Amino acid sequence: MNIIIVGCGQVGQHLAEQLIKDKNNVTVIDKSYDNLKSLTDRIDAMGIVGNGASQVTLAEADIENADLLIAVTNSDELNLLCCTIAKKCSNCQVIARVRSHVYNNESDFLKTELGLAMVINPDYVAAQEIARILRSPSAISIETFGKGKVELLKYKLPDDSAIIGMSVKDVMMKYKSDILFATIERGDKAYIAKGDFIFNARDVVSIISSLEASQSFFKKLGSKNQSVKSTMIVGAGEIAHYLCDEIKKSKMSIKVIERDMARCDDISSTFPHVTVVHGDTTSHELMAEEGINKAGAFLALSDSDEENMIISMHAKEKSGAKIITKISRMDYDSVANRLGLDTVIYPKTIISDMILRYVRSANNTRGSNMETLYNVIPGEVEASEFFIRKPSEIVGVPISKLRFKKNVLIAAILRNGEVIMPRGYDTIEMGDSVVIVSKVTGLRDITDIIE
Amino acid sequence: MNHKMIRYTLGVILSFEAVFLLIPIITALCYGEWDALFATLLTAAICLAISLPFIAKQPKTTEVFAKEGFVIVSLSWIVLSFFGCLPFFFSRSIPNFIDAFFETVSGFTTTGSSIIPSVEDMPKSMLIWRSFTHWIGGMGVLVFVMAILPLSGAQNMHIMRAESPGPTVSKLVPRVKKTASILYLIYIALTVLMFFMLVFDPGITVFEAINTAMATAGTGGFGFRNDSMFSMSSYVQIIVTVFMLLFSLNFNSYYLILKGKIRDAFNTEIIVFLCIVVSAIAIITADVYLNNSLVSPSGEAINGSFGNVLKHVSFNVGSIISTTGFGTVDFQHWSALSHFILIMLMFCGACAGSTGGGFKVSRIVILFKAMLREFGNLIHPNQVKKVSIDDKPLDNSAVHSVLTYLTTYVFIFFGSLLLLFVGESVFNPGAVDPSANFMTNFTAVTACFNNIGPGLEAVGPTQNFAHFSPVGKLILSFDMLAGRLELFPMLILFTPSTWKK
Repeated sequence: MNIIIVGCGQVGQHLAEQLIKDKNNVTVIDKSYDNLKSLTDRIDAMGIVGNGASQVTLAEADIENADLLIAVTNSDELNLLCCTIAKKCSNCQVIARVRSHVYNNESDFLKTELGLAMVINPDYVAAQEIARILRSPSAISIETFGKGKVELLKYKLPDDSAIIGMSVKDVMMKYKSDILFATIERGDKAYIAKGDFIFNARDVVSIISSLEASQSFFKKLGSKNQSVKSTMIVGAGEIAHYLCDEIKKSKMSIKVIERDMARCDDISSTFPHVTVVHGDTTSHELMAEEGINKAGAFLALSDSDEENMIISMHAKEKSGAKIITKISRMDYDSVANRLGLDTVIYPKTIISDMILRYVRSANNTRGSNMETLYNVIPGEVEASEFFIRKPSEIVGVPISKLRFKKNVLIAAILRNGEVIMPRGYDTIEMGDSVVIVSKVTGLRDITDIIE
Repeated sequence: MNHKMIRYTLGVILSFEAVFLLIPIITALCYGEWDALFATLLTAAICLAISLPFIAKQPKTTEVFAKEGFVIVSLSWIVLSFFGCLPFFFSRSIPNFIDAFFETVSGFTTTGSSIIPSVEDMPKSMLIWRSFTHWIGGMGVLVFVMAILPLSGAQNMHIMRAESPGPTVSKLVPRVKKTASILYLIYIALTVLMFFMLVFDPGITVFEAINTAMATAGTGGFGFRNDSMFSMSSYVQIIVTVFMLLFSLNFNSYYLILKGKIRDAFNTEIIVFLCIVVSAIAIITADVYLNNSLVSPSGEAINGSFGNVLKHVSFNVGSIISTTGFGTVDFQHWSALSHFILIMLMFCGACAGSTGGGFKVSRIVILFKAMLREFGNLIHPNQVKKVSIDDKPLDNSAVHSVLTYLTTYVFIFFGSLLLLFVGESVFNPGAVDPSANFMTNFTAVTACFNNIGPGLEAVGPTQNFAHFSPVGKLILSFDMLAGRLELFPMLILFTPSTWKK
């Protein structure tokens, strides 16, 4: 696909990098020559200096032959304008990143009236993800496949976990749960879970299973996995707004601490049932006074990444709450992993994954039969869902008879609304949806997984 | 430094050279030139034997940064020239190794300076190899490889930038590989078009038409007749004139024309280039016509009618500014004014992004505008003004890099000129008439550094470079490579910090 990205910030650069790995042709437009130069020195994209909302600049980027324009500049209005003008110049698809909750509420109107394929709001999707985790706090992150039937959840082994020292095979034998271990992250390294892999403390394990199976597995492990009852949120920004809105129907009690008075006013008038505390968010006394030790979950959602990391570590020390930390920068992930935080939410990674998923499914019509795609470990391991439409050499053959590429795993098969955790004797049939976990990125067809 | 990747790329280049050698091999078979056939086959075998161990395994890390890009390009060109000269040497058509090396460097860099006194005595297969080195050197060997192979993943742009002439090298389309293919397709199409226009003429053989097309396309200028283009028909001379000028325009413009953006194609650089060509032709034509100084290569005065003068002057002006170096009449007999204009044209050179050499018109335009801005700053010290070309503001760093280029250009020019004077007076005293010594050396360096071919006096259009000492030939070979690769890739090879770990 020919793709134009307007805005060469972190999200723009990350997208360009990933899209080129998937063999798309990428042109990036930005106002800054320096930003573009550092990007085009690194990757095989074309850079054009200019205003992405200008028709001349877009023509220079060959908008007539573009299939998709993605506007991810800092300004919502510029993004929307870029998309509108691009739509007038050609019949390409357009995606806009929009942050303000004003536009978020109107996203359906924008989509239909301006012809946008996607309006994505990083804060909104981050809030949705947080809400999912609050409902199932053992996981550090949760993705869903097959219309929500299959979950991919990441779980960090606590120091006293019963399965430490056991191999994947032994755990499967002992607990007899219908789950599948997909990947293991240890430090900066990622592994595909093979039968003889031995679990260590603090490994981050990703598990693929149905909703019920994972719940029962955690129960057998003796890990608590009930919904959180009370939540303490630091920072009343956009994410906090969306989150309060997401979870207001549940009976969870919410307490928000915010330094800025205007923001306190804002959130307390919008959500009367939320307890809003005005004060220094980094103060230990204030947190103790507000009962951090009794909170079920602690969410660090302030604007500063550094502050979020520090107060999360403090909270972890002071309470047994589920800690969720928001980090805006994309390049902090290895540092954040080493800090021993529970769950880290990267809004920027989430939205660039959503766009990548869209692009791959748009490529769908031209040869790829991928339905959805998730970055299990960004840049390393992907989980992708394929729908089997046509017969091929893998259909009808027992899985144990297939010669897979290295580091490829069939994680789940969905047949007639039922989840099958594949064993050696299972087969893939026409009409199935198959979830593949692989270290090979850029899979386009189900047949790409075999030698 | 990614040494593995450098070695791998050099291996790839060598194996490509072995493939290129098929052209002289086939020619030698056709004409029954067994000595030359043996020499080329032996060279091809050597190239393959050396390259195979290097390309057996692609290195794991294919990352190439700017530094590696420069090193890869300059080493590739040295390796290409070294192995490319072996057929001449093995077949004894050029018995001296340094001479053969000089001739091949002159070929790949599209200079066209020759040490061969009588090209008509050369085997046909060697002549076509010389012309082919022009053709592949014109657009760039690594660009050619890139158009075919996915050379090093994402960072090919560094290599392309290092090999392609011009202050800023931009992509036509998002992918480097596609850009390289488009450039080569345009190049091949123009070459083939020229070939077909040439073979119309009954006075030119198919073999000569192929050679002329390749040598013109690369703006090289190796001839295959002792009088270069003089004995060709007027039709051929005019076709060559037009195509020399066409090949010295920026190839991006051809792409824009193909895309229907004709107005964008005629940018400032091309307009300035055409103005220079027209005014140079006007002045020299008037000068030559009034002095009646049209002289054939064998030294006889010829028909000085206005039309004839205009034709020959246009040919020679086109040949010099496009840095081709074909000749018809002997411009050694023109006046000092015409000589000076020709020397200015030598320095000016062709457009950026063409196959021509020289300082490049776009750099001159940028320098001129930067100079105007500095004047403006003297009058209004607080004035803020951007240098802009084609209504696009140019980044200050781009202006800065052109200034640096000029400085380096001047240093290398005068440095190598000094070395040449020293070398020639130590190793080769008395080879040239003392009164012509200065002009000979000066124009020899000018012609080699700007990849033109002929100079004046003892290296004039009817002369050759054979009389230089081996040291002089090596200095001039360096100049040719430095000029073709736009200075920095060659300089980086000699910078110690490049090789430090």
